[in-house]
Order: sequence, then structure tokens, then C-alpha cells
Amino acid sequence: MRILVPIKQVPETGDVKMDPETGTVVRAGVETVVNPLDLYAVEAALRLKAERGGTVVALSMGPAQAAKALREAVAMGCDEAVLVSDRRFGGSDTWATSYTIAQAARKLGYFDLVIAGERATDGDTAQVGPGIASWLGLPLATYVSRIESVEGGEMILERLVEDGYQRLAITLPALLTVVKEIASPRLPTLRGKKRSKDIDIAVLDADSIDLDPSYLGLKGSPTKVVRIASPKVSRGGATVIAKDDEGVAAAADGLVAFLEKKGLL
Amino acid sequence: MSAETCQCLVWTIAEQRDGALKDVSFELLARGRRLADKLGTGLASVVIGDGVSREAMTELVERGADAVYSVQDPRLAHFVCEPYSNALSGLVSAYSPSVVLAAATSSGRTLMPHLAVRVRAGLTADCTELDIEEGTGLLLQTRPAIGGNIMATIKTPDRRPQMATVRPRSSRPLPRDPARRGIIVDVPVADSVMDGRVRVLGYRKDADGSGCVEEAGIVVAGGKGLKKAENLALVRGLAEDLGGVVGASREAVDRGWIGYPHQIGLSGKTVSPRLYVGIGISGAIQHLAGIKTSEVIVSVNPDPDANLHKLADYAVVADAFLFVPELRRRLAARKMEADNHGE
Ligand SMILES: Cc1cc2nc3c(=O)[nH]c(=O)nc-3n(C[C@H](O)[C@H](O)[C@H](O)COP(=O)(O)OP(=O)(O)OC[C@H]3O[C@@H](n4cnc5c(N)ncnc54)[C@H](O)[C@@H]3O)c2cc1C
Ligand SMILES: Nc1ncnc2c1ncn2[C@@H]1O[C@H](COP(=O)(O)O)[C@@H](O)[C@H]1O
Repeated sequence: MRILVPIKQVPETGDVKMDPETGTVVRAGVETVVNPLDLYAVEAALRLKAERGGTVVALSMGPAQAAKALREAVAMGCDEAVLVSDRRFGGSDTWATSYTIAQAARKLGYFDLVIAGERATDGDTAQVGPGIASWLGLPLATYVSRIESVEGGEMILERLVEDGYQRLAITLPALLTVVKEIASPRLPTLRGKKRSKDIDIAVLDADSIDLDPSYLGLKGSPTKVVRIASPKVSRGGATVIAKDDEGVAAAADGLVAFLEKKGLL
Repeated sequence: MSAETCQCLVWTIAEQRDGALKDVSFELLARGRRLADKLGTGLASVVIGDGVSREAMTELVERGADAVYSVQDPRLAHFVCEPYSNALSGLVSAYSPSVVLAAATSSGRTLMPHLAVRVRAGLTADCTELDIEEGTGLLLQTRPAIGGNIMATIKTPDRRPQMATVRPRSSRPLPRDPARRGIIVDVPVADSVMDGRVRVLGYRKDADGSGCVEEAGIVVAGGKGLKKAENLALVRGLAEDLGGVVGASREAVDRGWIGYPHQIGLSGKTVSPRLYVGIGISGAIQHLAGIKTSEVIVSVNPDPDANLHKLADYAVVADAFLFVPELRRRLAARKMEADNHGE
């Protein structure tokens, strides 16, 4: 099987700092990591490869630094790495991003499967995976939590929906987005780490992909961010300290009164 | 009134399961109604599925819709992205709505990005606020991003429709108004809408069965502070008393105390209930990412410096094993009193 895994480089979440003046996220000096939810996609791909043979290609769209994310994917066991990078891609929203990645995927040839993360922890949209499927005309299964079998060009899987799991059969080639339940990501191996240092990362720029220039970057993005604000962090809430039985009783009374006042009982 | 004479430029996508409309369909109408009124246009709701009754569709009218497009076929009974997207893109091309809203649910968040590509439109995910900009009449879409650390307001200036998914529970349905009138349009379903590459084989309920955290009005979540699986009973009991659903931190899920569908946070689900109660949860940034837009947050933790206390509207610095049983006794007594009065 030939599997494509689009991965995004994101700021480390534990490390998010806000500029109190501008209300924007401080990016400078922040560690970047592979989107943690994409590690599940990489793991799912590597397991399929282990079972069935094949190649796993990791692809990231972003600035040159995104090569770091790709090297991590290679260290885990991905066979090839492709960086989709061009200044003209800057400022892409999810629509333009999914278009660019889809066209890059076409350029790379046939894939039996594309496995994306559920969502990226920075943008948090979960739109790029379904968008890529739509551009490529691939059947789509989102929130996949289990791959049951792959046989005769068909995959049986389960996806997590609101109050349970939906079981599906999907014809390959297809695109999946996966959730944490699918598999727990492996750590990089020594051999993988060494390979990741030496590997040549293929770079695709706007000229090497067949692209409609009016669909690219900030200009090609249908949505525009017009305002960024910091939500109130503290709600100025009440604190009650209950150290002994009396305190606990008082706190319970207090909470019941509070919930009543809020109309929650 | 026919479909042609109803100028409905604002659309909502209703959600159904087994022919029954989900609450979120009505929440969307409340949003849509405000926008349509501001724009001076009509509001339509699109129902895709099978076996959704006239009565159910009438309820859409009574809760705000001027028109209902009913796209029904046995082959559309379960959500599958491709045929749903085919059907909708056909409708969007035929009627050219200006705004299309869907719920930020597993199906809405699958369908809408697929559709946005098909119809070459812009889409904003998981909005918590929607408004119309004075002067331009453009849709202002506000959503939390970066784990809820910022609120971004987004516009779609040139492409149509302006599409958004809206977080469930972030608005309340309008009351039913039996006097409201609207039209129900049966949309014929062409065979070409079907795709066939994805087949639904079945469905199994989440083993826990205590309900879905994303759709719950009240969520009571437990964390590592509960120390062992059996103690989650404390959280379950309180959830039951309050009419809520059980949630959990990743620590609790990874320890196998409860299934992954209940995990709240960055690598789990995002919730916006009216009330969130966190018990034995420290409030790591990854957990907070999933609860920031809750209306009221209550925290129970003996550590006065716990992060969740800082975010809480009501912080109880106490041992959960002492406090929660005491609270449950209060709630039981209150309920008994209410029952007696009721008789
Ligand atoms: C990429 C990534 C994704 C993640 N995704 C998620 C996610 O989706 N959801 C999530 O929750 N976490 C997530 N995490 C993990 C997160 O960082 C924390 O480790 C986790 O939320 C901690 O869970 P906890 O609060 O239950 O445990 P702890 O942080 O250990 O807190 C336990 C709390 O219980 C309190 N306690 C102790 N005794 C009692 C008592 N008797 N009564 C009441 N309280 C008591 C303690 O004071 C403490 O504050 C993620 C982490 C990473 C790196
Ligand atoms: N710039 C990118 N490069 C590669 N993959 C991406 C990129 N952005 C998003 N993805 C993929 O799409 C998924 C969903 O991202 P998002 O829609 O941004 O939440 C991610 O988990 C990745 O698999």
C-alpha cells in the first residue's frame, strides 16, 4: 500500500503565550512540534505498512522549518518526506491549504490511502482532511477509531460519532481522518533517527505543482481573519475553602445556592 | 407560497438520526433567524435523511424556518459524506443562498468542508458567535482558536455562500410558535446523488451509555484525583443528580476508567455545556482547551493552586471524597422536597 500522511507543524500547546498588549499569540521562541493529533495518523499508516507492506509518505505544507516535523515522521518510520513550501502559499486558510495539498498529492502519484489527523491543535478546524478528500474526489471517513480489515480494495472501519461508533465499508483509494483511539504513537527508533538526519526531503514549490494561482495563499483564501481578541481568562469566580466537616457543609450549601441562582437546578 | 417566491438567503442544515431531528437543528434556527432578520431575508432549513415526518418539519417552521427543503430517500437514512454533499451542492447551485450554517458535530464538520470545496466557498469552523456586519451585510464569524486562547473573527468577503459550523449548545432554540407559517418543499432525489463507495454497516452505542458529552447541557467530569476507577461512581452519581453526562480528563481515560468518547480536551472532545463540573482535575492547558466556552465552570480540588480553580466560576477547595457525597445529600433532600410539593 502506498499511504500519504499530511502532517502539520504547530506551536507546542503547553507553551502558548499571549501578548497582553495585542491579544495575539506570541510565536517567537516557541517550540514547534508535529501536531500531536497527526502522530495518530502516522502510527495508523505505519501499522498498515507493517501488516501489508508498502510505503508511507509524510507531507507537510509550511515554511522551510516544517522540515523538522517531517524528520520526526521519518524517525518514527515514514519512508519518504515531502515539503510543500513557497512564499505564495503563505496565509492560506483551510480551503486553500486543502487545495494545495491535494494538488501536491496528485503530483506525487497514486496513493491507496491518505490518512490525516483529526485536526490541528493551532487552527483547530478539522477542515483540511475532508477538504483534501473533496478536491481529490476520494471517499471520506472522518474520526476513524479502528481499522478492522482491508480486503479486496475495501476497508472496514469504525468511526467515532456523538453517542457511539458507526461501522463503515469504504472503497480504496480513500481518505481517513483518525482519532486518538486508533493507536498509540510509537517513539522514534535509533535507526529511524539516523535515517531522518540523512534523508533528502523533497521540496515542492508552486512552480512544480499544477496549481491555479487564484486559489493560493492569502489572496486565494475565501475566509479572512478580521479581528483577534483574547477571551476573558478569569471569570472572577468565587472560591470556597472547605477544610473540615463544617467547611464542607457550608461549601455544599454555597454551591447549591449558586447553581440555583444560575438556574441550573 | 412556492419555493421560488420564498427568498430565503440564510440556510441551516438540520440533523436527524433515525428520522428524529436533533436539538441542534433548532439551535441553528435560532442563530439563523437573527441573521435572516438582520438581513431582511427568509430562513430555510435543509433536512437530509429518511423518514423525517411532516410534524417534525413543521416544528422547524414553528421554531423559525420560513421554508424547509426536505431531501429524503432510504439511501440517505444515515449520514455518508458523498451523497449528502452531492445533494447539498445541487441545492446550493439551484438556490444560491448567501449563508449556510451547520452544526459543528461529527457529521457537520465532515460535510461542510467537503461542500465548501465543491461550491468554491469559504468555511469557518466551530463558531461560537455569528453576527451581520453593519453596512456590508457580511457574516461575522467568531470562533475560539489555539486551544481557546484567542477568539478570531472571520469574514468571507467575496465567495458565496458564507459557510460556518456552529458549536452545539452555544445557543438555545426559539420557543415553538404554532402560529408561524412556512413551506415544506420536497426535493426530488436523483440517482446521481448516490455514490456507493461508502456503505454504512452498523452502529454500536458507546459502552458507557451515559450519553454524549458534546450534546449535554451539563457535564460532570472526573480526573486522576479520583485515584481509582471505582471512585468515578462519585462523578456518575453527581451527573445523574444534575441530569448531566460524565466526562473525563485524559489521565482518567488513559487509566481505563472510562472510554475515550468521554475524554474532554485537546485530544478529545470540546464541550460547551451550560454547566461543567470538574472533579479531581488539575486543569492542564490541554484539558482547558476543551471546556473554555462552557457557560458555568465549577471545580472541586483540594489544591488551592489548581489551574482549574483559576478558570472556575465557583471553586471548591475540598477533598472530593468528602465534598461530593455532601453535595449529593443536599441535592437528594432538595429533590425530595420538590417531589413532596408536587403531590
Ligand atoms: C498532546 C497532548 C494532548 C492532551 N490532550 C488532553 C485531553 O484531550 N484532555 C485532557 O484532559 N488532557 C489532555 N492532555 C493531558 C494533560 O496535559 C494533563 O496531563 C491531564 O489533563 C491531567 O489530568 P488530571 O487533571 O485528571 O490529572 P492531574 O493533573 O494529575 O490532576 C489531578 C488533580 O486531582 C486533584 N486531587 C487529588 N486528590 C483529590 C481529591 N481527593 N479530591 C479532588 N481532587 C483531588 C489534585 O490536586 C490534582 O489537581 C494532553 C496532553 C498532551 C501533551
Ligand atoms: N499545513 C499542513 N500541512 C500538512 N498537513 C496539514 C496542514 N494543515 C492541516 N493538515 C492536515 O489536516 C489535518 C486537519 O487540520 P486542520 O483542518 O487545520 O485542523 C491535520 O491533522 C493534518 O493532517
